[in-house]
Formats: sequence, structure tokens, C-alpha cells
Amino acid sequence: MTTTPSEAPAPPTTAPAATLPDGSPRTHYLNAAYGLKSWLLTRDHKRIALLYLFSVTVFFALGGLMAVLIRMELVTPQGDLFQPDTYNRLFTMHGVIMVFFFLIPSIPAVLGNFLIPLMIGAKDLAFPRINLFSWYLYTVGGLFTLWALLHGGVDTGWTFYTPLSTNYVTTAVVTVGLGVFITGFSSILTGLNFVVTIHRMRAPGMTWFRLPLFVWGHYATSLIMILGTPVVAITILLVAVEHVFHVGIFDPKLGGDPVLFQHLFWFYSHPAVYIMVLPAMAVVSELVATFAHKPIFGYKFVAFASIGIAVLGFFVWGHHMFVAGQSIYAGVVFSVLSMLVAVPSAIKVFNWTATLYKGSISWDTPMLYALGFIGLFTIGGLTGVMLATLGIDAHVHDTYFVIAHFHYIMVGGAIMGYLGGLHFWWPKITGRMYPVFWSKLSAIVVFVGFNVTFFPQFILGYLGMPRRYHSYPPEFQVLNVMSSAGATVLGLGYLMPLVYFLWSLRYGPKAPSNPWGATGLEWQTTSPPPVLNFETPPIVTAPPYTYPAGAPIPGVDRV
Amino acid sequence: MSEGHGSGGHGARADLAHHFDSYEQQKDTATLGMWTFLVTEILFFGGLFAAYGVYRASFPAAFRAGSHELDIALGGFNTVVLIASSLTMALAVRGGQTGKGKLAAALLGLTMVLGTVFLVVKGFEYHHKFVEHHVPGPTFHFEGPEANHVQMFFVLYFALTSLHALHMVIGILLVGYVAKRAWSGAYTPRNYNFLEGTGLYWHFVDLVWIFLFPLLYLIGRH
Amino acid sequence: MIPSSPLLPDQASDVARSVDHLMLFALSGLVFFSALIATLVLVFMVKYRRKSSDQVGIDIYETNPKSHVLELVWSVIPLSLLLVLFGWGTKVFFEQNRPPAGAAQYWVTGRQWMWKIQHPDGRREINELHVPVGRAVQLKMISEDVIHDFFVPAFRIHVDVLPSRYTTYWFKANRTGTFHLFCGQYCGVEHSKMVGRIVVMEPRAYEAWLAGEKTGPSAAGVASGDELFVAKSCNTCHRPDSAARAPILNGIFGTQVSFNDGTKAVVNDDYIRESILNPAVKVVSGYQPVMPTFKGQISEEELIQLVNYVKSLKAASLAAPEAGQ
Repeated sequence: MTTTPSEAPAPPTTAPAATLPDGSPRTHYLNAAYGLKSWLLTRDHKRIALLYLFSVTVFFALGGLMAVLIRMELVTPQGDLFQPDTYNRLFTMHGVIMVFFFLIPSIPAVLGNFLIPLMIGAKDLAFPRINLFSWYLYTVGGLFTLWALLHGGVDTGWTFYTPLSTNYVTTAVVTVGLGVFITGFSSILTGLNFVVTIHRMRAPGMTWFRLPLFVWGHYATSLIMILGTPVVAITILLVAVEHVFHVGIFDPKLGGDPVLFQHLFWFYSHPAVYIMVLPAMAVVSELVATFAHKPIFGYKFVAFASIGIAVLGFFVWGHHMFVAGQSIYAGVVFSVLSMLVAVPSAIKVFNWTATLYKGSISWDTPMLYALGFIGLFTIGGLTGVMLATLGIDAHVHDTYFVIAHFHYIMVGGAIMGYLGGLHFWWPKITGRMYPVFWSKLSAIVVFVGFNVTFFPQFILGYLGMPRRYHSYPPEFQVLNVMSSAGATVLGLGYLMPLVYFLWSLRYGPKAPSNPWGATGLEWQTTSPPPVLNFETPPIVTAPPYTYPAGAPIPGVDRV
Repeated sequence: MSEGHGSGGHGARADLAHHFDSYEQQKDTATLGMWTFLVTEILFFGGLFAAYGVYRASFPAAFRAGSHELDIALGGFNTVVLIASSLTMALAVRGGQTGKGKLAAALLGLTMVLGTVFLVVKGFEYHHKFVEHHVPGPTFHFEGPEANHVQMFFVLYFALTSLHALHMVIGILLVGYVAKRAWSGAYTPRNYNFLEGTGLYWHFVDLVWIFLFPLLYLIGRH
Repeated sequence: MIPSSPLLPDQASDVARSVDHLMLFALSGLVFFSALIATLVLVFMVKYRRKSSDQVGIDIYETNPKSHVLELVWSVIPLSLLLVLFGWGTKVFFEQNRPPAGAAQYWVTGRQWMWKIQHPDGRREINELHVPVGRAVQLKMISEDVIHDFFVPAFRIHVDVLPSRYTTYWFKANRTGTFHLFCGQYCGVEHSKMVGRIVVMEPRAYEAWLAGEKTGPSAAGVASGDELFVAKSCNTCHRPDSAARAPILNGIFGTQVSFNDGTKAVVNDDYIRESILNPAVKVVSGYQPVMPTFKGQISEEELIQLVNYVKSLKAASLAAPEAGQ
């Protein structure tokens, strides 16, 4: 049939409906436009998520390299691999890079950006251009930090305590401070975007209590990003001003109070750890529900627990300062509040476990990561409770016990949540499946390597080995060697996904819309999704995680 | 760049972004976005206010002495100027809302003028401080036993007012931009979101000054 | 030789034993709950393994009225245990931070990257502290530069050492031995080298040490408190006879004074130190702010000698100052 001039072609639809012979979509967000400009000037939240994926991976590699060097030095008691000055810069930059440029952005900026509009049935985030601007802010902040790194970095510890950082070092405090300051605004704008999106862009029928727990978790995270980050931003500015002009803000010789810095710093930096862990918990909720094929036990409790953690998390910062010279009564207040914030986390762990009861459980790779999270977060969280106990903290403050605690949460918790989420949503994001055997193997390697690395550090800490020590008494060597050996295994475990994920982009089998038989709106669209996410905007009529008993789950053609 | 966007059907609704379903949704989103941003600004200034509170409680006499060195007449004048500028801003937003673009543009221009007056007066005050050696740093000099603590007052004075002034500069630039847009009729009752957002921002910056003025200029003056 | 121990450091004080008991309680809770979760998870993973690809799980939450009770139970039980832990921890913390009356008063000055320790009798040590067993020891500490931290694992206590004011560390060793002293707050390049030893000795050995040559180098050149009081001309105004120009210092330590602005304070170590460095900030009522500042002209160690000296001035006399306490 030929078209005559009077038959105008129908206006193009906003998303292609055609599929290829193998069932995958013909046009989707990845191939809708090509070229560097289409990526660097994109407003599509999905592409921005991938820009972040690239950036955070680079920083993770850098931070990880520093960790390797640190562990190599600590194999022997003497400081014989690096000068003390170099070692101090290594652990400082490891902390700065991992905290500000990997852990805080990772899940929200990669998975949150990609998934939140899909999960709520929207076409994009509320402010797409601000989303892109966030990525540029992150990148500029990162470049400042890289520039500082190339010029020797900073040696103050990532905590920048005064007056050391303001009056006693000559390293690139201002540059790194500016880098963190700029990246902080990336975080603030991302949080702002998420909050407004979740409030205003939900599809018809998507009420608050029909939202996936992933969205609740990111909402809580965004509250912290919005409220906490500005305080550390202004604090870093003050440190930079003091470092350059020595006007006395934190200098006791001029009437300033160095402990005031600690209050201002930890007011953000404690809630910041919840920015790191709440998204991971949000991922775990999705993984447990999907791989048990049933709703999360106590959905509302889990949702409110997320908000509870975010709110309570703002009131406990003083537990970093129990021995800092503040009054012991202040310590008492912060200790009891810190105990309270443990309760919502406990509720979540119990609820996830209860979800498994009478579930229909599959042992896919994402589930392995979720289980790893549950176990390691429990241990890490309970050691946090030990640190909140005044009498114990007075002994293990600033020792390897603290290091072990936060690595259990951040690495055993947050990073495993991130990897679990990447493995879960990889088919959706890329349209490809990855090799099952290698992915399960790497999950196990990561889990084993992690525990061998960090469990000995609990013992080291209680024995009294302080943190940030370049050399140490010889009786601590055996445990240090164990830890370094584990770090090698852990590093290997992290390299493996890099290899097979990249391999899958070219050679992995094409993924169906719903390879895991999950619920959630993101699984009702193609893998990869169209540019505007849905061919027809969805209308929601059911609660989340609705697995009708006995009915076949849509799209469960496993590859 | 906008792969798949902007094709077909949008010509008549160029002022409705592609990811929104209705003007109401777009407006509500913009408003919530600006309010959320202002909350972050409260926390941003909040850190400085907290430092101010701590040091003022520690050195009350020195802070009184430092406050006396500020020109209360100029500070008061600036307060009136800013409040007036908020009035012109509010009227401008009303103008945009009712489709009176040119009126709005004129009022926005007036807002810019008032904002600039504020900054000029501030500049004079800073110059005074410079001449009197009250700028913190190597040139600081103050007669009296608590010179260091008086310097702390001035550190906070300059930190707070310069951060505020930076926000004013950004505000004036924003107001200039929306004035140009308002003049060319970009704002309609259906979509004056950017104008309203700018108005909210301006009111916030004004409000910060309302807090700064008594805290910095009026300590100990009964 | 510092003995090593596989899982616990040396326990050299009663407080250390309290801390270990507290830790073991917390640890047993940790082990219990971790094992519980791990076991449940593993059992469920195996028992409820998916049999066919579209088999769904059974939603027990909505159908079971006991669900809410369960949520309450596993909120309340952990909260109660946490509060017990909190209470016990607070009790131990108070023990760790409240020195008993009559503890021997030592002084510690920390600086990059060494510890300078002064005995009550004026004797000084660098990076080492010799004490007799069974004696309560209180350390008043200050830093000359950045924040440090005095950490003795064997006593299970950290206390930060600040550059702006004195902080207090105390212990009572209940066994002899040599124990690590670490700086526990990152303080710059040689932080790892800011370490030392606490040497706890039997009374006889301690007497011998006191009588013999000082072990280890001692810092030279710091005058005693009474010498400084004269050298810095404090005695020209602070005299017990003419009260016109300056408050009388005899017997003033521990009393409450009122200031010109109406506030009050108790005369303690920090107050004396502040008064020498910033005399015009708090002026005792009835006096003029004529005392010059000694900031920049006096070191932390000299300040310690003067604080000690003022403390020793008893109400009745201006005779030779008592040593120590």
C-alpha cells in the first residue's frame, strides 16, 4: 500500500512499541540517540544514572586502591612501606573519597535516579535539568579532589579535626574542602529532587502505602540529604577560611573552640551514615520480597522505621564525642538516644527475616547479596550498640573496633546492598543478563573476603590498637596479617563483577521485561525501558508485592 | 539531546514540561521544590547561627562591644530597604499572576534597585570596618582587653553578612532575568512558576536579614 | 616486656574489669541475636526453597492478627535490653570519669609528638609514667597544640587532651606491670610514635625508683611555681596584705567568686589558667581590669606550675608553698 500525499502519517508516538525478533524492544533509552552530546546534555534520569555509575565506579577504584596500599603497609609492625606522611595522606584520601564520592552518592544517584520515576509510574524526576546539574556538581567536586590528590592530597583524616586541619598542616585542605563542598550540593539537589518527585509525580492510584519500600527508603534518605548536608557545607567553609586567614573560629589561642567544630561536623556526618545505609536497606526490602515471592512482613512498620531512622539519626551525633571533653551528662543523653535509633533498624531485620518464613525462596545472586547484608548489618549494627554504650566506647574509641564497626555497615552493609541492587536491576538497566555462575561466585568471594578482612579488626581494637597508626606494637601483627590477606580476597571479589558486567553488555543474553518474576512498575515495562519509561502511563490498583496465590507471575520466562 | 522529546503535539503547550501531566502538577512541583530548597538554606545559615550562639554565650561583653561598632542607622536603613523590596517583589509576582507582565517587570526593576541600594550601603559599612581595622585577620586591631573575642564577633559578622550578600547578588541577577522574561510576556496565570519561585527566594533572603539585624546590630542596646 | 594476650588486653585496674564484664554482656547479646538471625535465615532459605518458578510465598502478615503483636514484641524486647546496656554502660562511664577524692594529682602536657608528665612532687618524665600499685592517680591534661588523646588499653579509658582547657584522666592500678600508652586522637605526622609506657611498681620498687636516678630523661628548665610567681611579678599585686589592687589568692582555690558582670564561678584549674591568659574576661567584682595578659609569654607547663602553686596557697600564710596536691 502506498501513501498518497493527502494521507498524512500518524503523529509519532512518544515511545516505540515495536519489538525485535528476540523479544527485546527496538528503541529504548540507550539507543534513542547516540553521541557524546546526547549523554552529556541528557535530561533523562536513566542516562544520568549511568553517568553516575561511571563516576562512582572510578572513585570506588581509587579509594579501593588506597585501601590496598594501607593494608599492605599494615602487614608489618614497622612503618616500612611508606613515610608516615604518605600513609596519613592515604588513609585521609581513602576516607574522603569513599565517604563523599562513593558511598553517599552510589545507591541514590545510580539506582535511585534510575528507578524512582519508574517505580512511581512517572516519566522522569520532577526537575530533570537539576538532576543533570547534580551530576556536573559531583563531577566538578570530584575533579577538585582529584587535583588535590595529584598534588599530594590531605593528611588530616577525613574528619578534618581542628586545630590540626586549620593551623597545623600545609596540605591541600582548601582544595579538598572545596571539592567536598561542591559535591555536597550535588547531594542536596538530588535529595530535593527525590522528595518533590515522590510527593508530586506519582501515577494515578499510587498512594503512599502502595509505594515500594525502595521509594520509602529513598524518601527518608533524601530528608537527611536536605537537612544535614548544608551544615557540613558551611562547616567546611569555616575550616577553609580559618586555614587561610587564621581568624580564630576554631583556634583556642584566639578564643575559638575546637570542639565546636566537632559538633558541627558530626551533626551532618552522623546522619550521613544513614544516607549510606538507608538506600541499601531499601534495596534489600525489594530483594527479599522478590526472591521470597511474597510481600515484606510488616510493610508499614518497615516504611515508618525508615523515617524513624532518618529523624532519630539527627539527635545522636554526640556519640562520636563521648571522650572529647564534653560533659559526661551530655554523653548520657547521646548514649540513650543512640540506643533508641537502633530499634527501627532491628525492626527491619526482624521483618526481613519473618518475610522469609513460608516464602518461596530462590537463591539468585541478588538474594545472596541481600542475605549477606542482613547478616553483616546485624553484626555491624550490634557493634554500633556497643559503641553507643558509654563504658565500652571509652575504651574502644578511635581504635580498630570503630573501624571494623563502620566497615561492617558500610562495606558489609551498604556496598553489598549496592551490588545486590546492581545485580537485580542490571537486566532492566542494560537489557542483558550476566553469567549466573560467576556472579554467585563473586558474591561468595566478597562475603568471605570481607569477613576475613574486618573481623580481626574488632579484636585488634579491643586489644587497644589505635586507628590511623602507621606503625604498631609487634603483638598486633598476626591479626593485621589476617586482615590484609582478607583484603586481597575482597579486592578480587570486587574486580569480578567489573569483568562480567562489562562482558554482559556485549555477550550477555537479552533480558526479558521481568526475569525475576518481581512486582513493581519498573518490571511492567521493557528491558531496557523506553525513553519516557512507559508506553502507556500506568494506573495503580493494587498494594505493592502482590503475588496472587497460584497465579502465574507475568513475564517469568527465565533465561 | 532530548531524545524523543519535543516531537509533535507540544507546540501548543510549550510552557508545560514533557514530564508533567497538567499545569497544576507543574505548579505544585515548582512550589514544593522552592520551599524544599529554602529549607536547605535555613540549615546552611543555621550552622553559622549556631556558631554565633555559642560564641555569644561565651563572650557576651565582647560581642556587645563589637556590636556597638556597627552603624545602627545604616543597618536600620538597610532593613527598611529590604522590606520595601519584598513589597515590590510580592506585587511583581501578583502582576505576573494576573498577566500584567509589563507592570511586573517594572516592579521587578524596582526590586533590583532596592537590592542594589542595600548592597551599596553594605559596601560602605564594610569600607568603614576596613578603615577602622575591624576586619579579622592580620590587620585587626581593637583597643580593649578582649580583642580576640571582639575579633570573633567580627568573624561572624563578616561570615553572616557576606553569605547574605552573596545570596542578594544571586537574587538580583535572578530578578533581572525574570524581569526580562516578564516584560516579554512569558508569565501567564497558567505558568508563572519561575517568577513565584524567585519571589519566594527573595523573601527568604529578606527574612534572613530580619534575623541578622537584631543579632548583629542590636545587642545590648535598650 | 609488655605481655601480650590473645583476645583481651591486660586488665590492670578494677575499672578495666568492669569494662570487660560490660563488654562480655554486650557481646553475648550480639552473639545471641546474630546467631538467631543467621540461623533463622539459613533455615528458612533451605526449608522454603522455591520449587517451581511461579510458586509464590504465603503472606502471613495480613492474615495473621498476631502480626502486630509480634512487631511489638520484637521492638520492646530489644529496647529493654538496650536500655539495660545503656544503664550499665553509664554506670561504668561514671566510674571511668570520676576520680575519687584524695587521688594523687599529676599533670600531663601533650604536644606533637610526646607526652610530658609531672608528678605531684614536681618530678618530670617524658613518655613514661611510673606509679605505685594501688594508688589512685589523677591526671590533669592539656595540649600545647592540637587535640591528642591519652589512651591506656590496660585501664580501658580514653580521654581527649585539648588545647583550650584541662581534661581529667584517672586510674588506680591493681597489678604491677608495664602497659602501653597510646595517643588516641590523630594529631599529625608522627601520631603513631606518640606512644609511651605506664610502669606500675610494687611500693618498695617504687620507693627505690624515686630515690635513685630519674629513669629516662627529664625535661629541664621549667621553674617551680613559687619561682615563677615572683619572676612574673604576680606577687607585686596578689599580696595578702594590701588587697587594693588584686584579689588575695591564699585559700581562694575551690571557693566561689563573683564577677563584675554579675556572673559567678568556682575557682578551679581552668579558671586560674584562663585568668593568667585572659585576665580581662572575668574580673572579680570590686576590682579593676588592670592585670596584664601573659598570653604568648608563658608555656602550658609554666601555667601548670602556677596553677599548682595557687592551689597550694592556704588561707593563713604565705610561707614556703607546699609541694604538690
